[in-house]
Amino acid sequence: MTPPVQAVLPDGRRRHFQHGPIDLVIEAFGAASQLALAYGQAWVRFQTVLEELVSELPALRAPVGGPLEGGVARRMARACAPHGGVFVTPMAAVAGAVADEVLAALLRGREIARAYVNNRGDIALHLAPGESFKTGLVTLGDEPALDVYTRILGVSAVRGIATSGWRGRSQSLGIADSVTVLASTAAAADVAATLIANAVDTRDEAIDRVAARHIDADSDLGGRLVTVAVGALPPEAVDLALGRGCDTARAMVDRGLIEGAHLTLKSRSRVVGASKLLEKVA
Amino acid sequence: MSDDIVVCDACPVLCRIRPGRNGACDRYANLDGALTRLDPVLVTQRIAEAEGDLVPFGAGDWDGGLNPGAATFVTGIGSGTTYPDYKPAPFIVASEYEGVDMVTVVSEAIFSYCGRKVKIDTDRYIGAEAAAVRIDGEQVGHVTTAEYGSQMLSLGGVRHLTGGSKREGRVTCDSMLALSNGAAVEAVIDGGAELTLQVGAAPIIDGVEESRMRVGCGSATIGIFARQWHGHADEVIVVDDHITGVLSEHQAGQFLGMAKAGIRVRGRKSTPGRYFQVAGPGTGWGGTDVTDPLTIIEKIDPKSAWPGLRLMMVSTTGEDAAYFVLDEDLKPSPAAMPEALRLIVERIGENCEPALTTVMFMAGAGGSLRAGVTENPVRLTRSVAAALTRVSCGGAPVYIWPGGGITFMVDVATMPENAFGYVPTPALVAPIEFTLRREDYSAMGGHMDALRRIEDICDDGRIRATRWHDRAPWPGAPL
Repeated sequence: MTPPVQAVLPDGRRRHFQHGPIDLVIEAFGAASQLALAYGQAWVRFQTVLEELVSELPALRAPVGGPLEGGVARRMARACAPHGGVFVTPMAAVAGAVADEVLAALLRGREIARAYVNNRGDIALHLAPGESFKTGLVTLGDEPALDVYTRILGVSAVRGIATSGWRGRSQSLGIADSVTVLASTAAAADVAATLIANAVDTRDEAIDRVAARHIDADSDLGGRLVTVAVGALPPEAVDLALGRGCDTARAMVDRGLIEGAHLTLKSRSRVVGASKLLEKVA
Repeated sequence: MSDDIVVCDACPVLCRIRPGRNGACDRYANLDGALTRLDPVLVTQRIAEAEGDLVPFGAGDWDGGLNPGAATFVTGIGSGTTYPDYKPAPFIVASEYEGVDMVTVVSEAIFSYCGRKVKIDTDRYIGAEAAAVRIDGEQVGHVTTAEYGSQMLSLGGVRHLTGGSKREGRVTCDSMLALSNGAAVEAVIDGGAELTLQVGAAPIIDGVEESRMRVGCGSATIGIFARQWHGHADEVIVVDDHITGVLSEHQAGQFLGMAKAGIRVRGRKSTPGRYFQVAGPGTGWGGTDVTDPLTIIEKIDPKSAWPGLRLMMVSTTGEDAAYFVLDEDLKPSPAAMPEALRLIVERIGENCEPALTTVMFMAGAGGSLRAGVTENPVRLTRSVAAALTRVSCGGAPVYIWPGGGITFMVDVATMPENAFGYVPTPALVAPIEFTLRREDYSAMGGHMDALRRIEDICDDGRIRATRWHDRAPWPGAPL
């Protein structure tokens, strides 16, 4: 088996931790002596994360409810708990929860002004008061483009960013090209992005779906139909699907579960909440 | 579940991958029913010279793509292993270098018989010879014979990998992997020091980072600096756990016509001006347990010494130094060190090399791995022994131990990053390449039908290029 590995990326600043499907890109800003300790702590924590998750995998792939042991597993369950009433398993928050857990380990007892842990697009942030992060958003679609950015300020409640969509690495019940969510943790953003992307949906013969299990034998979605292709859609269908996603996102903002969301389908975008945080570059 | 699903055992997730799909990591896939690593095979490329100028290569923005002009060597890293053993190695590569047809057989080998020899540049006492070295409470090796200016550890090996408890094997495997792949490892020696070891970094001993490797033993330090001290001090004692030097008694002082100062140090006299065991071993002056240098003085002979005698005491790295003048009662009294002597202390430091931790990977490839190279394995062993076949490890040069088998040593710092892996046995996985002339390969019963051109391998999209390590000879050069 391939063990957890770490590397310093060619820019000499960012760290890359990888173990199995977990790929983290990490950067912290602070005094050099603090950084060395912080990265060391993060690495120590990271090394057992995957094995802990695997040991509880059956429970994590089942709808929320069962008792869980691991720190990451409990973060996953906690992030999913407020979303009762729809089908969701803790796996919907796995990428964000790993990012949150490693960030917490990195920060413990250290003086760090800013830091981020990016788990293949799901990002946990740390911002001291007065600090900020600029983050680019690639809107997926037939022609991916970097045309939206967010400036996350230390005074805001946003400490997590996550993106979901049928084109991404996870399966989606919906047809959104991408849904990016800002929330107080990466795990909360992760599960919200998954559920909003599921809600961006309509019925149209241009949409191909297959049973999740048919693609991934171990999928937590089992026999549910997941999107594998979205052909040309009439504008009304795009508006309808985006509108359903926006309704779901709006309800989450109103309940205080997320700060805001950016939804994209077929080159159309909508922003819900946090409008000041999501700006289009001219 | 249908039979065409492949279970990936590359990580604990154990993905069940359907045909044509990737695992959760996107690094392994089910291609036609076979678990296939999508990770690139690592090739190393050498800077080419064009009209005497170096072609820019490996510059900051280089993306790891192939440089078509550069000499290319396929390493075992990412190649996969041969299992069952009789299968031809994952890559048998034909190439032409300087007009000679060469063949390189590339594999990742599983090593149970493997260990790490660790050289720690310090004179400080880290533990007794043969003392156990522990990581996370498990013994992973022992302190072995010290070398010049260095303490040595021998880590790993079958006795710890598979001969002890399951946990001992796992900790041994994990720690060797971490050390070889460039991570810092913390070890504790029974009855000795706590060490932090990282290849190419200064060793940290009991929380203190070692900075200098001694300029020489105490006697050698006397020999090097005697002339420079002469006239500025009446006696110089260089404190060293191995041989403490006393200038006025030493051959070097006598040659300069110095009067014997009558300051007798403790310990066992070897030859004039050279003393063993002036104190216990430790992390103080010169690898002794001395923190107050005057404690090594046994007596001062009133027949030889005189009031006003200028005494200098210094360690073999120049990190510790003190200056005394004998008072009317011939007692050493601390005094400000004259500038001339202070400069020599600095010069001792200047002549020390930086203290480093260096690691040699040592392993034996005498087993069934050879069947992946040839149908007649002993011929490979003989060919290596006869220097007709060059062995490299991730492209890095190896030293082949004489005698039977293919037992080799390689400096892990010359290998590409993250070159090592493991299997749950537990055992280490390391790249290995055999390079030889095409006619020699054919003659030894090589798998000629599995031969592929290097150009074709570089075209198959699984290639990642890394810059060749400048210090090492080119592994693909004709034999």
